[in-house]
Amino acid sequence: MADRTWQGYLRPDGRKGIRNHILVIYTVECASFVAQEIGKDEPGVHVIGFPGCYDNDYAIRLMLALGTHPNIGGVLCVGLGCEYTQPHRLAEAIRQSGRPAESFFIQEHGGTRSSVEHGKQLLQSLRARANADAVRVPMTFADLTIGAECGGSDGTSGLAGNPVVGRVFDRLVDAGGTAIFEEIVEMIGLREVMTARAATPTAAEQLAATYDKMLAYCRAVRQYSVAPGNFAGGLTTIEEKSMGAFAKSGSRHIQGVIRVSERPPHPGLWLLDSVPDSHFMQFGYTNPNDTEGIMDLVAAGAQIVLFITGRGSVIGSAVSPLIKVTGNERTYRCMIDDMDFNAGRILSGSLTLDEASIELMDLIADVASGQPSKPEQLGHREFFLMYKHQNVPSLEAGCHA
Amino acid sequence: MPSAFQVHASDNVATLLDEALEGAALSIVGPEGNRELAAREKVAMGHKVALAAIAEGDTVTKFGVPIGIASRSIEPGAWVHLHNCRSQLDERSGSFDLHTGAPGDNAHG
Repeated sequence: MADRTWQGYLRPDGRKGIRNHILVIYTVECASFVAQEIGKDEPGVHVIGFPGCYDNDYAIRLMLALGTHPNIGGVLCVGLGCEYTQPHRLAEAIRQSGRPAESFFIQEHGGTRSSVEHGKQLLQSLRARANADAVRVPMTFADLTIGAECGGSDGTSGLAGNPVVGRVFDRLVDAGGTAIFEEIVEMIGLREVMTARAATPTAAEQLAATYDKMLAYCRAVRQYSVAPGNFAGGLTTIEEKSMGAFAKSGSRHIQGVIRVSERPPHPGLWLLDSVPDSHFMQFGYTNPNDTEGIMDLVAAGAQIVLFITGRGSVIGSAVSPLIKVTGNERTYRCMIDDMDFNAGRILSGSLTLDEASIELMDLIADVASGQPSKPEQLGHREFFLMYKHQNVPSLEAGCHA
Repeated sequence: MPSAFQVHASDNVATLLDEALEGAALSIVGPEGNRELAAREKVAMGHKVALAAIAEGDTVTKFGVPIGIASRSIEPGAWVHLHNCRSQLDERSGSFDLHTGAPGDNAHG
């Protein structure tokens, strides 16, 4: 199981992808309709973008991280013509990663119809080059970065869904791969539990600082993660509730903390800090929905994201396949077309956690080999990005470089 | 038979997947297979039952980590909740209503 190999796509930076998608990026909401029309009915084409006219370094870094993601073989950037974010500069930065990239302004190509036609033509040539440039190489779990996110949680998420993903993370890390978890706002009360898992004193300092910032943020925006209904439902302490979410991190040492659009500097288990930093405008809520959290994990280089849900969810993801795991057998049956993995069998005693994690590892290898996940089969490719402020010294140059 | 799920081998509590009435035989599904335990009192679905005796001041363990401290001694098969387990972080929740979780310490309480 841990020695599975499959054929991937070798990128010029040495990373390996499991898909060879083309990305269309719009640089303002005014260009989003044209971008969506360009990508419509085009297999393997995903559309992302930023709605704001005024630019945001965080958003530019994230779009660049996705444009140079190992699952992406070529990029088309579409702007209206009067926004701050510059499509030709995004394309230039992406070309420097060794990928074909094109860009244009709608205002320089007439209206909707002529811009869509122009975009479709550029898409054809980009796809031809991405296929011609494709270098197929063997891949193993050591080449994979996997993210984990939960949403629509219920009582089964902490008991089965998150623990099975935690066990998969242990196996992935042991196989030399990279695992990333986030949602630190749901980890109130776990400062000591988290720092005790740190791989190094530096990692412990990073985890403590990230925890303290999160607590300050939660106090400032009055966002706490436990409510009377949780107690009525059987949760006794905030530590218990938080551990249900933290269980998806598994049990291995945490190597350190990365911030949005940064990549883990070496394999192992990492915490992604998606909480905004204190800023003069205080803008940006921490991820207002599941899709933004998923995109943050993908921007860190995740080629696959595991999504744990109890109540059920019908989202997918742009750029990287989403694999849906539920600990609720009823949800699995009701949403069979959307759910990839039934972890509810752990609760009924028909499967141990270990057996379930081996089965899930095999499913991950199947999807990495090219088998579409359930959200992919349904055509899902959700994307969400809003204004946010984060200090990321390692990436501060962004596309201004 | 109602069942309860034990997440980690070192846990001293399990979570009810169904409601258990007082004296009911419970099937405990855990990492080391299934076993039976008698519920000492009624325990609602989603709530926890003690798998072993927990002395006052001892750690209540779930997911293999401490989720609280026993505020009084707890018998095997007993319901574990706000009345006998307190947070190490949040002192306030210990005073909440045992059944509804509603706070009684605020202005309108």
